[in-house]
Amino acid sequence: MFTAATVFSALELGFIYALVAMALFLSFRILNIADMSTDGTFTLGCAVSATAAVAGHPVLGLFLAIAAGAAAGFVTAFLQTRLGVPSILAGIITNTGLYTVNLAVMGFSSNVPMLKTQTIFTAAQTFFGDAFPYKLLVAAVITIVVCLLLILFLGTRMGLSIRATGDNPDMVRASSINTAFTITIGLCISNAMTSLSGAVLAQYQKSADINLGTGMVVIGLASLIIGETLFGRGGMWTKAVAAVAGSVIYRFIIALALRANVPSECLKLISAVIVALAIAAPAIQSRAAFRRRRSHAEKEGARRA
Amino acid sequence: MLELKNISKTFNPGTVNEKLALQKIDLDLKDGDFATIVGSNGAGKSTMFNAIAGEFIADTGTIMLDGQDITFMPDYRRSKYIGRMFQDPLRGTAPHMTIEENLALAYLRASGHTSSFSRISKKDREVFAEKLSALGLGLEDRMKQPVGLLSGGQRQALTLLMATLVTPKLLLLDEHTAALDPGTAEKVLELTKKIVAENHITCLMITHNMHDALTLGNRTLMMDHGRIVLDVADEERAHMTVDGLLQRFAENVGHALDNDRILLSAEG
Repeated sequence: MFTAATVFSALELGFIYALVAMALFLSFRILNIADMSTDGTFTLGCAVSATAAVAGHPVLGLFLAIAAGAAAGFVTAFLQTRLGVPSILAGIITNTGLYTVNLAVMGFSSNVPMLKTQTIFTAAQTFFGDAFPYKLLVAAVITIVVCLLLILFLGTRMGLSIRATGDNPDMVRASSINTAFTITIGLCISNAMTSLSGAVLAQYQKSADINLGTGMVVIGLASLIIGETLFGRGGMWTKAVAAVAGSVIYRFIIALALRANVPSECLKLISAVIVALAIAAPAIQSRAAFRRRRSHAEKEGARRA
Repeated sequence: MLELKNISKTFNPGTVNEKLALQKIDLDLKDGDFATIVGSNGAGKSTMFNAIAGEFIADTGTIMLDGQDITFMPDYRRSKYIGRMFQDPLRGTAPHMTIEENLALAYLRASGHTSSFSRISKKDREVFAEKLSALGLGLEDRMKQPVGLLSGGQRQALTLLMATLVTPKLLLLDEHTAALDPGTAEKVLELTKKIVAENHITCLMITHNMHDALTLGNRTLMMDHGRIVLDVADEERAHMTVDGLLQRFAENVGHALDNDRILLSAEG
Protein backbone atom coordinates (compact mmCIF):
# COMPACT_ATOMS: atom_id res chain seq x y z
CA MET A 1 0.00 0.00 0.00
CA PHE A 2 2.83 2.37 0.90
CA THR A 3 6.21 2.59 -0.75
CA ALA A 4 9.28 2.70 1.50
CA ALA A 5 9.70 6.38 0.62
CA THR A 6 6.18 7.29 1.82
CA VAL A 7 6.69 5.34 5.05
CA PHE A 8 9.95 7.12 5.73
CA SER A 9 8.60 10.55 4.93
CA ALA A 10 5.54 9.95 7.14
CA LEU A 11 7.82 8.87 10.00
CA GLU A 12 10.13 11.86 9.50
CA LEU A 13 7.31 14.39 9.37
CA GLY A 14 5.60 12.58 12.26
CA PHE A 15 8.63 13.04 14.48
CA ILE A 16 9.11 16.68 13.46
CA TYR A 17 5.45 17.64 14.06
CA ALA A 18 5.40 15.58 17.28
CA LEU A 19 7.08 18.56 18.94
CA VAL A 20 3.92 20.62 18.30
CA ALA A 21 1.79 17.82 19.77
CA MET A 22 4.04 17.79 22.86
CA ALA A 23 3.83 21.60 23.10
CA LEU A 24 0.03 21.40 23.02
CA PHE A 25 0.15 18.57 25.55
CA LEU A 26 1.90 21.04 27.87
CA SER A 27 -0.28 24.10 27.16
CA PHE A 28 -3.67 22.51 26.39
CA ARG A 29 -3.67 19.41 28.56
CA ILE A 30 -1.43 20.35 31.48
CA LEU A 31 -1.95 24.12 31.79
CA ASN A 32 -5.50 23.96 30.42
CA ILE A 33 -4.85 26.89 28.05
CA ALA A 34 -5.76 26.76 24.34
CA ASP A 35 -2.71 28.55 22.95
CA MET A 36 -3.87 30.17 19.72
CA SER A 37 -0.41 31.61 19.01
CA THR A 38 0.75 28.14 17.92
CA ASP A 39 0.37 28.89 14.18
CA GLY A 40 2.42 32.08 14.34
CA THR A 41 5.06 30.58 16.62
CA PHE A 42 5.53 27.63 14.27
CA THR A 43 6.12 30.00 11.34
CA LEU A 44 8.45 32.07 13.53
CA GLY A 45 10.57 28.97 14.07
CA CYS A 46 10.62 28.31 10.30
CA ALA A 47 11.59 31.89 9.51
CA VAL A 48 14.35 32.18 12.11
CA SER A 49 15.85 28.81 11.27
CA ALA A 50 15.73 29.39 7.49
CA THR A 51 17.25 32.86 7.74
CA ALA A 52 20.05 31.60 10.01
CA ALA A 53 20.72 28.59 7.78
CA VAL A 54 20.93 30.78 4.69
CA ALA A 55 23.46 32.90 6.60
CA GLY A 56 25.45 29.70 7.18
CA HIS A 57 24.40 28.76 10.74
CA PRO A 58 21.90 25.87 10.59
CA VAL A 59 22.54 24.60 14.15
CA LEU A 60 22.59 28.07 15.68
CA GLY A 61 19.31 28.61 13.78
CA LEU A 62 17.62 25.89 15.85
CA PHE A 63 18.71 27.48 19.13
CA LEU A 64 17.70 30.95 17.92
CA ALA A 65 14.29 29.51 16.98
CA ILE A 66 13.93 28.06 20.49
CA ALA A 67 14.74 31.46 22.01
CA ALA A 68 12.38 33.28 19.63
CA GLY A 69 9.58 30.82 20.42
CA ALA A 70 10.09 31.26 24.16
CA ALA A 71 9.93 35.05 23.67
CA ALA A 72 6.63 34.71 21.78
CA GLY A 73 5.31 32.50 24.60
CA PHE A 74 6.36 35.14 27.09
CA VAL A 75 4.33 37.80 25.26
CA THR A 76 1.20 35.60 25.33
CA ALA A 77 1.74 34.81 29.02
CA PHE A 78 2.39 38.46 29.89
CA LEU A 79 -0.84 39.53 28.16
CA GLN A 80 -2.92 37.03 30.14
CA THR A 81 -1.23 36.99 33.53
CA ARG A 82 -0.29 40.66 33.96
CA LEU A 83 -2.65 42.58 31.69
CA GLY A 84 -5.81 40.53 32.21
CA VAL A 85 -6.36 39.60 28.55
CA PRO A 86 -8.46 36.39 28.32
CA SER A 87 -6.11 33.53 27.45
CA ILE A 88 -7.58 32.66 24.04
CA LEU A 89 -7.53 36.31 22.98
CA ALA A 90 -3.95 36.70 24.25
CA GLY A 91 -2.86 33.92 21.89
CA ILE A 92 -4.76 35.42 18.96
CA ILE A 93 -3.21 38.85 19.55
CA THR A 94 0.30 37.37 19.65
CA ASN A 95 -0.48 35.32 16.55
CA THR A 96 -1.58 38.41 14.61
CA GLY A 97 1.49 40.37 15.68
CA LEU A 98 3.77 37.49 14.75
CA TYR A 99 2.65 37.63 11.11
CA THR A 100 4.51 40.91 10.69
CA VAL A 101 7.42 39.72 12.81
CA ASN A 102 7.75 36.58 10.69
CA LEU A 103 7.76 38.58 7.45
CA ALA A 104 10.41 40.86 8.96
CA VAL A 105 12.59 37.90 9.97
CA MET A 106 12.45 36.67 6.35
CA GLY A 107 13.50 40.14 5.12
CA PHE A 108 9.92 41.17 4.23
CA SER A 109 9.59 38.39 1.73
CA SER A 110 6.91 35.72 1.99
CA ASN A 111 9.35 32.85 1.52
CA VAL A 112 12.99 31.87 1.89
CA PRO A 113 14.29 29.36 -0.66
CA MET A 114 17.13 27.21 0.69
CA LEU A 115 17.91 24.92 -2.23
CA LYS A 116 21.70 25.05 -1.93
CA THR A 117 21.81 25.90 1.76
CA GLN A 118 23.66 23.74 4.28
CA THR A 119 21.17 22.38 6.84
CA ILE A 120 21.39 19.96 9.75
CA PHE A 121 20.04 17.35 7.34
CA THR A 122 22.67 17.92 4.63
CA ALA A 123 25.32 17.82 7.37
CA ALA A 124 23.97 14.42 8.51
CA GLN A 125 23.90 13.26 4.89
CA THR A 126 27.57 14.13 4.47
CA PHE A 127 28.40 12.34 7.73
CA PHE A 128 26.35 9.14 7.35
CA GLY A 129 26.18 8.84 3.55
CA ASP A 130 23.14 8.65 1.28
CA ALA A 131 22.27 5.02 2.03
CA PHE A 132 21.66 5.71 5.73
CA PRO A 133 18.18 6.98 6.80
CA TYR A 134 19.82 10.17 8.04
CA LYS A 135 16.68 12.33 7.83
CA LEU A 136 14.72 10.02 10.10
CA LEU A 137 17.65 9.82 12.51
CA VAL A 138 17.97 13.61 12.85
CA ALA A 139 14.21 14.15 13.25
CA ALA A 140 13.82 11.29 15.74
CA VAL A 141 16.86 12.24 17.85
CA ILE A 142 15.76 15.88 18.22
CA THR A 143 12.20 14.95 19.16
CA ILE A 144 13.17 12.17 21.55
CA VAL A 145 15.76 14.33 23.33
CA VAL A 146 13.28 17.20 23.73
CA CYS A 147 10.57 14.82 25.00
CA LEU A 148 12.96 13.26 27.52
CA LEU A 149 13.96 16.71 28.80
CA LEU A 150 10.31 17.75 29.08
CA ILE A 151 9.32 14.62 31.03
CA LEU A 152 12.28 14.98 33.37
CA PHE A 153 11.40 18.65 33.88
CA LEU A 154 7.77 17.83 34.71
CA GLY A 155 9.02 15.64 37.57
CA THR A 156 10.89 18.53 39.22
CA ARG A 157 9.32 20.82 41.78
CA MET A 158 8.93 23.52 39.13
CA GLY A 159 7.32 20.96 36.80
CA LEU A 160 4.95 19.82 39.54
CA SER A 161 3.94 23.44 40.16
CA ILE A 162 3.14 23.88 36.46
CA ARG A 163 1.07 20.68 36.42
CA ALA A 164 -0.82 21.74 39.52
CA THR A 165 -1.51 25.17 37.99
CA GLY A 166 -3.73 23.57 35.36
CA ASP A 167 -5.27 21.22 37.90
CA ASN A 168 -6.01 23.48 40.89
CA PRO A 169 -4.59 27.03 40.85
CA ASP A 170 -5.94 27.72 44.37
CA MET A 171 -3.79 24.97 45.73
CA VAL A 172 -0.72 26.26 43.88
CA ARG A 173 -1.11 29.71 45.44
CA ALA A 174 -1.61 27.99 48.81
CA SER A 175 1.79 26.36 48.27
CA SER A 176 3.36 29.85 48.06
CA ILE A 177 3.83 29.69 44.29
CA ASN A 178 2.76 32.52 41.98
CA THR A 179 0.53 31.06 39.25
CA ALA A 180 1.42 33.96 36.93
CA PHE A 181 4.99 32.69 37.11
CA THR A 182 4.17 29.03 36.44
CA ILE A 183 1.89 29.93 33.49
CA THR A 184 4.67 32.08 32.03
CA ILE A 185 7.29 29.33 32.33
CA GLY A 186 4.86 26.78 30.87
CA LEU A 187 3.96 28.91 27.83
CA CYS A 188 7.61 29.82 27.19
CA ILE A 189 8.53 26.12 27.09
CA SER A 190 5.56 25.06 24.95
CA ASN A 191 6.16 27.84 22.43
CA ALA A 192 9.89 27.07 22.33
CA MET A 193 8.96 23.50 21.35
CA THR A 194 6.48 24.64 18.68
CA SER A 195 9.09 26.99 17.26
CA LEU A 196 11.75 24.25 17.25
CA SER A 197 9.33 22.06 15.30
CA GLY A 198 8.99 24.78 12.66
CA ALA A 199 12.75 25.29 12.65
CA VAL A 200 13.45 21.61 11.94
CA LEU A 201 10.72 21.48 9.29
CA ALA A 202 12.11 24.48 7.39
CA GLN A 203 15.54 22.83 7.16
CA TYR A 204 13.93 19.46 6.32
CA GLN A 205 11.95 20.74 3.35
CA LYS A 206 14.54 23.36 2.42
CA SER A 207 12.20 26.31 2.38
CA ALA A 208 10.32 28.60 4.71
CA ASP A 209 6.98 30.15 3.85
CA ILE A 210 4.81 32.68 5.68
CA ASN A 211 1.82 30.31 5.50
CA LEU A 212 3.55 27.16 6.77
CA GLY A 213 2.04 27.46 10.24
CA THR A 214 -1.57 27.97 9.16
CA GLY A 215 -3.80 25.47 10.91
CA MET A 216 -0.90 24.10 12.98
CA VAL A 217 -2.83 24.32 16.26
CA VAL A 218 -5.56 22.07 14.83
CA ILE A 219 -3.06 19.62 13.34
CA GLY A 220 -1.20 19.46 16.66
CA LEU A 221 -4.43 18.87 18.57
CA ALA A 222 -5.48 16.18 16.09
CA SER A 223 -2.18 14.37 16.64
CA LEU A 224 -2.42 14.74 20.41
CA ILE A 225 -5.98 13.43 20.54
CA ILE A 226 -5.31 10.52 18.17
CA GLY A 227 -2.43 9.50 20.43
CA GLU A 228 -4.48 9.83 23.61
CA THR A 229 -7.39 7.87 22.17
CA LEU A 230 -5.24 4.99 20.97
CA PHE A 231 -2.72 4.78 23.78
CA GLY A 232 -4.76 5.90 26.76
CA ARG A 233 -3.82 8.33 29.43
CA GLY A 234 -1.42 6.60 31.76
CA GLY A 235 1.54 8.22 33.46
CA MET A 236 3.61 11.07 32.06
CA TRP A 237 5.78 8.71 30.00
CA THR A 238 2.79 7.04 28.34
CA LYS A 239 1.34 10.44 27.54
CA ALA A 240 4.56 11.61 25.88
CA VAL A 241 4.87 8.46 23.80
CA ALA A 242 1.18 8.78 22.87
CA ALA A 243 1.72 12.35 21.58
CA VAL A 244 4.63 11.27 19.35
CA ALA A 245 2.77 8.18 18.13
CA GLY A 246 -0.34 10.26 17.44
CA SER A 247 1.69 12.64 15.33
CA VAL A 248 3.20 9.79 13.29
CA ILE A 249 -0.24 8.19 12.81
CA TYR A 250 -1.67 11.52 11.69
CA ARG A 251 1.03 11.70 8.99
CA PHE A 252 0.12 8.19 7.84
CA ILE A 253 -3.56 9.21 7.63
CA ILE A 254 -2.53 12.18 5.48
CA ALA A 255 -0.34 9.95 3.29
CA LEU A 256 -3.27 7.57 2.91
CA ALA A 257 -5.61 10.43 1.97
CA LEU A 258 -3.15 11.69 -0.64
CA ARG A 259 -2.81 8.17 -2.03
CA ALA A 260 -6.60 7.95 -2.28
CA ASN A 261 -6.33 11.02 -4.52
CA VAL A 262 -7.83 13.43 -1.99
CA PRO A 263 -6.65 16.83 -3.26
CA SER A 264 -4.07 18.30 -0.87
CA GLU A 265 -6.20 21.46 -0.59
CA CYS A 266 -8.75 19.37 1.35
CA LEU A 267 -6.35 18.19 4.05
CA LYS A 268 -7.02 21.10 6.41
CA LEU A 269 -10.74 20.38 6.31
CA ILE A 270 -10.06 16.73 7.10
CA SER A 271 -7.89 17.75 10.08
CA ALA A 272 -10.59 20.11 11.31
CA VAL A 273 -13.22 17.36 11.14
CA ILE A 274 -10.94 14.90 12.99
CA VAL A 275 -10.35 17.40 15.82
CA ALA A 276 -13.99 18.45 16.07
CA LEU A 277 -15.14 14.81 16.23
CA ALA A 278 -12.45 13.78 18.71
CA ILE A 279 -13.15 16.66 21.10
CA ALA A 280 -16.90 16.21 20.73
CA ALA A 281 -16.75 12.43 21.27
CA PRO A 282 -17.56 12.42 25.03
CA ALA A 283 -20.56 14.74 24.50
CA ILE A 284 -21.84 12.66 21.58
CA GLN A 285 -21.47 9.46 23.62
CA SER A 286 -23.38 10.80 26.62
CA ARG A 287 -26.17 12.11 24.34
CA ALA A 288 -26.46 8.72 22.70
CA ALA A 289 -26.58 7.01 26.10
CA PHE A 290 -29.31 9.43 27.22
CA ARG A 291 -31.42 8.73 24.13
CA ARG A 292 -31.02 4.97 24.53
CA ARG A 293 -32.05 5.22 28.17
CA ARG A 294 -35.08 7.37 27.35
CA SER A 295 -36.36 5.27 24.45
CA HIS A 296 -35.93 2.19 26.65
CA ALA A 297 -38.00 3.82 29.41
CA GLU A 298 -40.69 4.85 26.89
CA LYS A 299 -40.99 1.27 25.63
CA GLU A 300 -41.28 0.00 29.20
CA GLY A 301 -43.98 2.57 29.88
CA ALA A 302 -45.92 1.60 26.74
CA ARG A 303 -45.78 -2.05 27.75
CA ARG A 304 -47.18 -1.34 31.22
CA ALA A 305 -49.98 0.91 29.96
CA MET B 1 0.64 36.52 66.62
CA LEU B 2 -2.11 37.93 64.39
CA GLU B 3 -3.22 41.51 64.74
CA LEU B 4 -6.00 43.05 62.65
CA LYS B 5 -6.43 46.79 63.11
CA ASN B 6 -9.37 48.70 61.72
CA ILE B 7 -9.94 46.33 58.78
CA SER B 8 -12.83 47.43 56.52
CA LYS B 9 -13.93 46.23 53.13
CA THR B 10 -16.79 47.38 50.90
CA PHE B 11 -17.68 45.37 47.82
CA ASN B 12 -19.06 47.15 44.71
CA PRO B 13 -18.76 50.63 46.24
CA GLY B 14 -21.02 53.28 44.71
CA THR B 15 -23.39 50.78 43.08
CA VAL B 16 -26.77 49.37 44.11
CA ASN B 17 -24.95 46.19 45.09
CA GLU B 18 -22.75 48.02 47.57
CA LYS B 19 -22.02 45.76 50.53
CA LEU B 20 -20.16 46.70 53.67
CA ALA B 21 -18.59 43.29 54.23
CA LEU B 22 -16.16 44.15 57.00
CA GLN B 23 -16.57 47.11 59.35
CA LYS B 24 -13.53 48.22 61.33
CA ILE B 25 -12.51 44.79 62.51
CA ASP B 26 -10.00 44.71 65.37
CA LEU B 27 -8.63 41.37 66.46
CA ASP B 28 -5.60 40.40 68.47
CA LEU B 29 -4.75 36.72 68.47
CA LYS B 30 -2.04 35.57 70.87
CA ASP B 31 0.56 32.96 70.02
CA GLY B 32 -1.06 29.53 70.39
CA ASP B 33 -4.63 30.89 70.54
CA PHE B 34 -7.29 28.64 69.01
CA ALA B 35 -10.39 30.76 68.41
CA THR B 36 -13.69 29.52 67.00
CA ILE B 37 -15.91 31.89 65.00
CA VAL B 38 -19.70 31.69 64.70
CA GLY B 39 -22.13 34.07 63.06
CA SER B 40 -25.14 34.52 60.80
CA ASN B 41 -25.03 33.88 57.07
CA GLY B 42 -23.24 36.81 55.47
CA ALA B 43 -21.76 38.04 58.75
CA GLY B 44 -18.34 38.37 57.15
CA LYS B 45 -16.61 35.30 58.58
CA SER B 46 -15.19 34.01 55.30
CA THR B 47 -14.59 37.57 54.10
CA MET B 48 -12.39 38.15 57.14
CA PHE B 49 -10.45 34.98 56.25
CA ASN B 50 -10.09 36.23 52.68
CA ALA B 51 -8.68 39.51 54.00
CA ILE B 52 -6.20 37.68 56.22
CA ALA B 53 -5.18 35.27 53.44
CA GLY B 54 -4.76 38.13 50.97
CA GLU B 55 -7.44 37.28 48.43
CA PHE B 56 -8.16 41.00 48.41
CA ILE B 57 -6.47 43.99 50.01
CA ALA B 58 -8.65 45.63 52.67
CA ASP B 59 -9.86 49.21 52.06
CA THR B 60 -8.52 50.38 55.41
CA GLY B 61 -6.41 49.06 58.26
CA THR B 62 -3.35 46.92 58.76
CA ILE B 63 -2.66 43.21 59.25
CA MET B 64 0.36 42.09 61.26
CA LEU B 65 1.46 38.47 61.46
CA ASP B 66 4.15 37.56 63.96
CA GLY B 67 5.48 41.13 63.99
CA GLN B 68 5.54 41.39 60.18
CA ASP B 69 3.27 43.80 58.30
CA ILE B 70 1.51 41.68 55.65
CA THR B 71 -1.17 44.24 54.68
CA PHE B 72 0.05 44.53 51.08
CA MET B 73 1.69 41.14 50.66
CA PRO B 74 0.23 39.09 47.73
CA ASP B 75 -1.71 35.94 48.63
CA TYR B 76 0.81 33.43 47.32
CA ARG B 77 3.53 34.91 49.53
CA ARG B 78 1.30 34.98 52.62
CA SER B 79 0.56 31.30 52.12
CA LYS B 80 4.11 30.60 53.20
CA TYR B 81 2.99 31.48 56.75
CA ILE B 82 -0.75 30.86 56.58
CA GLY B 83 -2.37 27.45 56.05
CA ARG B 84 -6.01 27.42 54.97
CA MET B 85 -8.78 24.86 54.57
CA PHE B 86 -12.21 25.23 52.98
CA GLN B 87 -15.53 23.45 53.30
CA ASP B 88 -15.15 21.98 49.80
CA PRO B 89 -12.69 19.04 49.93
CA LEU B 90 -11.91 19.61 46.22
CA ARG B 91 -10.31 23.01 46.79
CA GLY B 92 -7.21 21.95 48.63
CA THR B 93 -5.71 19.28 46.39
CA ALA B 94 -4.85 18.70 42.71
CA PRO B 95 -6.99 15.71 41.60
CA HIS B 96 -4.90 14.51 38.64
CA MET B 97 -1.66 14.46 40.60
CA THR B 98 -0.59 11.71 42.98
CA ILE B 99 -0.72 11.99 46.76
CA GLU B 100 3.04 12.20 46.87
CA GLU B 101 3.15 14.97 44.24
CA ASN B 102 0.53 16.96 46.14
CA LEU B 103 2.56 16.65 49.32
CA ALA B 104 5.75 17.65 47.47
CA LEU B 105 4.05 20.88 46.40
CA ALA B 106 2.89 21.64 49.94
CA TYR B 107 6.44 20.96 51.08
CA LEU B 108 7.66 23.81 48.85
CA ARG B 109 6.55 26.23 51.56
CA ALA B 110 9.52 25.17 53.66
CA SER B 111 11.88 28.12 53.61
CA GLY B 112 15.30 27.55 52.09
CA HIS B 113 14.13 24.30 50.59
CA THR B 114 15.89 22.62 47.68
CA SER B 115 16.03 24.22 44.21
CA SER B 116 13.18 24.35 41.67
CA PHE B 117 14.85 21.64 39.60
CA SER B 118 15.13 19.07 42.39
CA ARG B 119 12.94 15.98 42.29
CA ILE B 120 11.06 14.19 45.06
CA SER B 121 13.81 12.43 47.01
CA LYS B 122 13.75 9.18 48.95
CA LYS B 123 14.04 11.20 52.14
CA ASP B 124 11.01 13.33 51.18
CA ARG B 125 9.03 10.13 50.56
CA GLU B 126 9.94 8.81 53.99
CA VAL B 127 8.78 12.05 55.63
CA PHE B 128 5.50 11.96 53.63
CA ALA B 129 4.85 8.29 54.47
CA GLU B 130 5.45 8.92 58.16
CA LYS B 131 3.10 11.92 58.23
CA LEU B 132 0.46 10.04 56.22
CA SER B 133 0.53 7.05 58.54
CA ALA B 134 -0.18 9.41 61.46
CA LEU B 135 -3.56 10.14 59.80
CA GLY B 136 -4.46 6.47 60.29
CA LEU B 137 -6.23 6.21 56.91
CA GLY B 138 -3.77 3.89 55.17
CA LEU B 139 -2.87 6.61 52.65
CA GLU B 140 0.85 5.87 53.10
CA ASP B 141 0.35 2.76 50.92
CA ARG B 142 -1.35 4.75 48.14
CA MET B 143 1.19 7.51 47.57
CA LYS B 144 1.43 6.88 43.81
CA GLN B 145 -2.34 7.11 43.30
CA PRO B 146 -4.04 10.25 41.97
CA VAL B 147 -5.79 12.26 44.67
CA GLY B 148 -9.00 12.25 42.58
CA LEU B 149 -9.55 8.63 43.64
CA LEU B 150 -9.82 9.53 47.34
CA SER B 151 -13.09 10.12 49.19
CA GLY B 152 -14.04 13.61 50.41
CA GLY B 153 -12.96 12.79 53.97
CA GLN B 154 -9.63 11.37 52.84
CA ARG B 155 -9.02 14.41 50.64
CA GLN B 156 -9.85 16.74 53.51
CA ALA B 157 -7.49 14.85 55.84
CA LEU B 158 -4.78 15.10 53.17
CA THR B 159 -5.47 18.84 52.78
CA LEU B 160 -5.09 19.22 56.55
CA LEU B 161 -1.75 17.44 56.37
CA MET B 162 -0.66 19.64 53.44
CA ALA B 163 -1.68 22.84 55.22
CA THR B 164 0.37 21.85 58.26
CA LEU B 165 3.21 19.87 56.61
CA VAL B 166 5.37 22.93 57.04
CA THR B 167 4.10 24.30 60.37
CA PRO B 168 2.22 27.52 59.53
CA LYS B 169 2.18 30.53 61.84
CA LEU B 170 -1.57 30.69 61.42
CA LEU B 171 -4.15 28.12 60.36
CA LEU B 172 -7.50 29.27 58.93
CA LEU B 173 -10.26 26.61 58.99
CA ASP B 174 -13.41 27.61 57.11
CA GLU B 175 -16.04 25.03 58.17
CA HIS B 176 -13.63 22.39 56.98
CA THR B 177 -15.72 19.46 58.26
CA ALA B 178 -19.15 20.76 57.18
CA ALA B 179 -19.28 18.82 53.89
CA LEU B 180 -18.32 15.49 55.47
CA ASP B 181 -20.57 12.81 56.93
CA PRO B 182 -20.77 12.95 60.78
CA GLY B 183 -18.35 10.08 61.38
CA THR B 184 -15.71 11.39 59.00
CA ALA B 185 -16.21 14.95 60.25
CA GLU B 186 -15.50 13.72 63.79
CA LYS B 187 -12.33 12.00 62.64
CA VAL B 188 -11.03 15.02 60.70
CA LEU B 189 -11.81 17.25 63.68
CA GLU B 190 -9.88 14.92 66.01
CA LEU B 191 -6.92 15.05 63.62
CA THR B 192 -7.17 18.83 63.51
CA LYS B 193 -7.08 19.08 67.30
CA LYS B 194 -4.14 16.71 67.49
CA ILE B 195 -2.05 18.44 64.80
CA VAL B 196 -2.82 21.94 66.11
CA ALA B 197 -1.91 20.95 69.69
CA GLU B 198 1.24 19.02 68.75
CA ASN B 199 2.64 21.86 66.65
CA HIS B 200 1.34 24.67 68.85
CA ILE B 201 -0.35 26.36 65.84
CA THR B 202 -2.32 29.59 66.23
CA CYS B 203 -5.69 28.83 64.71
CA LEU B 204 -8.97 30.45 63.63
CA MET B 205 -11.90 28.13 62.92
CA ILE B 206 -15.29 29.03 61.46
CA THR B 207 -17.99 26.58 62.57
CA HIS B 208 -21.76 26.35 62.63
CA ASN B 209 -21.71 23.81 65.43
CA MET B 210 -22.39 25.78 68.65
CA HIS B 211 -21.13 22.92 70.79
CA ASP B 212 -17.78 22.88 68.95
CA ALA B 213 -17.67 26.66 69.11
CA LEU B 214 -17.63 26.54 72.91
CA THR B 215 -15.59 23.40 73.53
CA LEU B 216 -12.85 23.61 70.88
CA GLY B 217 -9.91 25.92 71.49
CA ASN B 218 -9.70 28.65 74.07
CA ARG B 219 -11.69 31.52 72.64
CA THR B 220 -15.04 32.11 70.89
CA LEU B 221 -15.79 34.99 68.53
CA MET B 222 -19.23 35.88 67.19
CA MET B 223 -19.66 37.99 64.06
CA ASP B 224 -22.57 39.96 62.70
CA HIS B 225 -22.82 42.39 59.77
CA GLY B 226 -19.08 42.58 59.26
CA ARG B 227 -18.24 43.15 62.92
CA ILE B 228 -16.95 41.03 65.76
CA VAL B 229 -19.78 41.46 68.27
CA LEU B 230 -18.75 39.02 70.97
CA ASP B 231 -15.38 37.74 72.16
CA VAL B 232 -15.39 35.34 75.12
CA ALA B 233 -12.45 33.47 76.60
CA ASP B 234 -11.10 31.89 79.78
CA GLU B 235 -13.34 31.73 82.85
CA GLU B 236 -16.34 33.33 81.19
CA ARG B 237 -16.19 30.87 78.29
CA ALA B 238 -15.77 27.86 80.57
CA HIS B 239 -19.15 28.59 82.17
CA MET B 240 -20.91 29.57 78.97
CA THR B 241 -23.74 27.39 77.64
CA VAL B 242 -25.03 27.36 74.06
CA ASP B 243 -28.21 29.13 75.21
CA GLY B 244 -26.15 31.64 77.16
CA LEU B 245 -24.06 32.37 74.09
CA LEU B 246 -27.14 32.90 71.88
CA GLN B 247 -28.62 35.18 74.54
CA ARG B 248 -25.45 37.25 74.81
CA PHE B 249 -25.42 37.53 71.01
CA ALA B 250 -29.02 38.78 70.92
CA GLU B 251 -28.29 41.33 73.66
CA ASN B 252 -25.24 42.67 71.84
CA VAL B 253 -26.72 43.05 68.36
CA GLY B 254 -30.42 43.52 69.12
CA HIS B 255 -31.66 40.54 67.10
CA ALA B 256 -31.45 36.77 67.29
CA LEU B 257 -28.94 34.71 65.36
CA ASP B 258 -30.37 33.76 61.97
CA ASN B 259 -28.38 30.83 60.71
CA ASP B 260 -30.53 27.76 60.12
CA ARG B 261 -27.70 25.34 60.40
CA ILE B 262 -26.51 26.87 63.67
CA LEU B 263 -29.99 26.79 65.20
CA LEU B 264 -30.53 23.21 64.10
CA SER B 265 -27.21 22.16 65.58
CA ALA B 266 -27.97 24.10 68.80
CA GLU B 267 -31.20 22.22 69.32
CA GLY B 268 -29.56 18.86 68.77
